[in-house]
Amino acid sequence: MGERLAIDRIRCDGYGMCAEMFPEGIELDDWGYPILRAGTIPDRLLPLARRAVEVCPVLALRLVDTLIANRSAAGPAQTAGTAGIGSRTGSRT
Amino acid sequence: MSVVVTSAERLLAGPPVEAGAESLAAHTARLGPLPRPGTDFIAVVERSGLLGRGGAGFLVGRKWRAVADRAAGRAVVVANGAEGEPRSSKDRTLMAARPHLVLDGALLAASAVGAEEVIVYVGADHRAAVAAMQRAIEERDSATRLPIRLVEAPVAYVSGESSAVVNFIESGDGRPTASPPHPRDRGVAGRPTLVQNVESLAQAALIARYGDDWYATAGRGPTSGTALVTISGAIARPGVHEIEYGTTLAELVAAAGGATTDIEAVLLGGYFGGWVGADDLREVPLDPALLAGRGASFGCGLIGLLPGDSCGVWATARIMTYMAGESARQCGPCIFGLGAMAETTRRLAAGSAADGDLDNLARWAAQIVGRGGCHHPDGAAGLLTGALSIFSSEFELHQRERRCSRQPATARRVA
Repeated sequence: MGERLAIDRIRCDGYGMCAEMFPEGIELDDWGYPILRAGTIPDRLLPLARRAVEVCPVLALRLVDTLIANRSAAGPAQTAGTAGIGSRTGSRT
Repeated sequence: MSVVVTSAERLLAGPPVEAGAESLAAHTARLGPLPRPGTDFIAVVERSGLLGRGGAGFLVGRKWRAVADRAAGRAVVVANGAEGEPRSSKDRTLMAARPHLVLDGALLAASAVGAEEVIVYVGADHRAAVAAMQRAIEERDSATRLPIRLVEAPVAYVSGESSAVVNFIESGDGRPTASPPHPRDRGVAGRPTLVQNVESLAQAALIARYGDDWYATAGRGPTSGTALVTISGAIARPGVHEIEYGTTLAELVAAAGGATTDIEAVLLGGYFGGWVGADDLREVPLDPALLAGRGASFGCGLIGLLPGDSCGVWATARIMTYMAGESARQCGPCIFGLGAMAETTRRLAAGSAADGDLDNLARWAAQIVGRGGCHHPDGAAGLLTGALSIFSSEFELHQRERRCSRQPATARRVA
C-alpha cells in the first residue's frame, strides 16, 4: 500500500514550486521540470508531499495509491511506468 | 521501392503485390468467405500467441479480451494504418495490396470484442493504401451490417499512438492525450476502443480461417508466425518482405539481394528500437523474444543497414533531430529535453562539441525516460542511449578531438 506522486506531464509548466516544497522527493531537470523519486513516499514525508501537491499552480501534481498507479501503468500500450499515469507538475525557473 | 516476397508468405501470398489491391471477389475466391467465429475467437487468438505489429509487441488476444470485458456491445475498433515511422512501409504495402484481409481482421475483432463501428485509420500520405482501403470499404457495403469508415491520419510520427488516434478521430487534434483514461476504457465517442495495427488484424483474419495450430507452424524459435519487415539503407533491393520469425538477418539480407557495402550497424525496430552492431546481429534470429533477451527490439519490423563508411554520430544526430521535431510539444521534458539532445548530438557530429556534451547526452537520456505524457521521449532516449554504447568510440572521438573518423563525403549516409 502507500502513496506516490504522479504528474500530468501535459499540464505541467515547470514552475518548480513542488521541488522547493518537497526536495526529498522531487528534483528539477536542467529546464526546471520535475523528476520524481521513484516509489512509495515514506509516511514521515507525506505532509511535505501533500504541500507540494497543494502549491502546484496548474494542478498538475497529485498523490495516487501505489497499487492503483502500478496497475494503470501496466496496460497494453507500452511500458515505462510514469507515462501510464500521465500527469505533470509545475515549476518555474 | 520494390517488394520482395520470400518463402514465408502468408499475408502476401496470392497475386503479386505490384498488381495492386486484390478485389473482394478475388480475395473471397482465394481465401473463402469471412468466417464468423464470434466471441470464442478471442480464445483462439490468445492461444495463437499473436503479437501486435505496431511496435510495442503486446499480445493481441489479451488486448482484445481487455476491450471485450469493457465493451457491452458498444466498443469501437480502429484499424491502425497510420504508419508514421519514417522508413517503414510494411503497413501501407499490406493495405494497398490486401485491403480485404485487413477489413476481415477488423470485422472479426469487432465481432469478438463487441463493437458497433469500425474505423480504418490510414496515413494521409499513403495514397495507394488510402485508395485501396476506401475502395474495399465500398465493396463491403452491402455485405456487412457494421458501419465502416475511413479516416486519414495526419502525417506525424506520433499520430499512430493509440491516444493520439482517438484524439484525432474525436477532435481533429492528432496529439497524444494524458492517460488515464486509456482508449480501452474510454476512447472514440467515450466508448471502449480497440486500436489495433493493420498487420495484426490481417494476421488474425488468417488465424480465423486456418486456426491457431496452423499459425504456430511458422516461426523457428519462441515466437510463432510470420511478420512483415521493411529493410532499408545499404541493401540491393530495399522494401517489404514477409519473414518467418526466427529468420536471421543474414538470410533476410541475402533474400533482398545482398548488402551494397560493409555494414557498420543495424537500426532495428525503427526509431523506437535502436542500433545493434552488425557483427553482433548477422546470425541472430529475428524473433521478438530472442531480440528482447539481447536488449534489442523487433518493434515495427524496420531494419536499416548503416553503411560502413558512414558515421554513427551523424546517423544518430539525424534521427534525434527528427524525433525532436516530431514532439507534440505538450510536455516540457520532451520539448526541451529532446531539443537539447538533438542540438547537442548535431554539434558533436559537426565537430564543434562543447565541453561536457557527451556527458550531458548520457545524463539527459537517462533522466527523460517516463517523463512524457506519451512514450515519444522514451523511444528517442532509448535510441540515443543505445547509440552512445554502440558508437562509443566514435562519439568519444567527436567529443575529444572534435572530428570524425570518416570521410566527409560518406559520413552522413543513412541507414
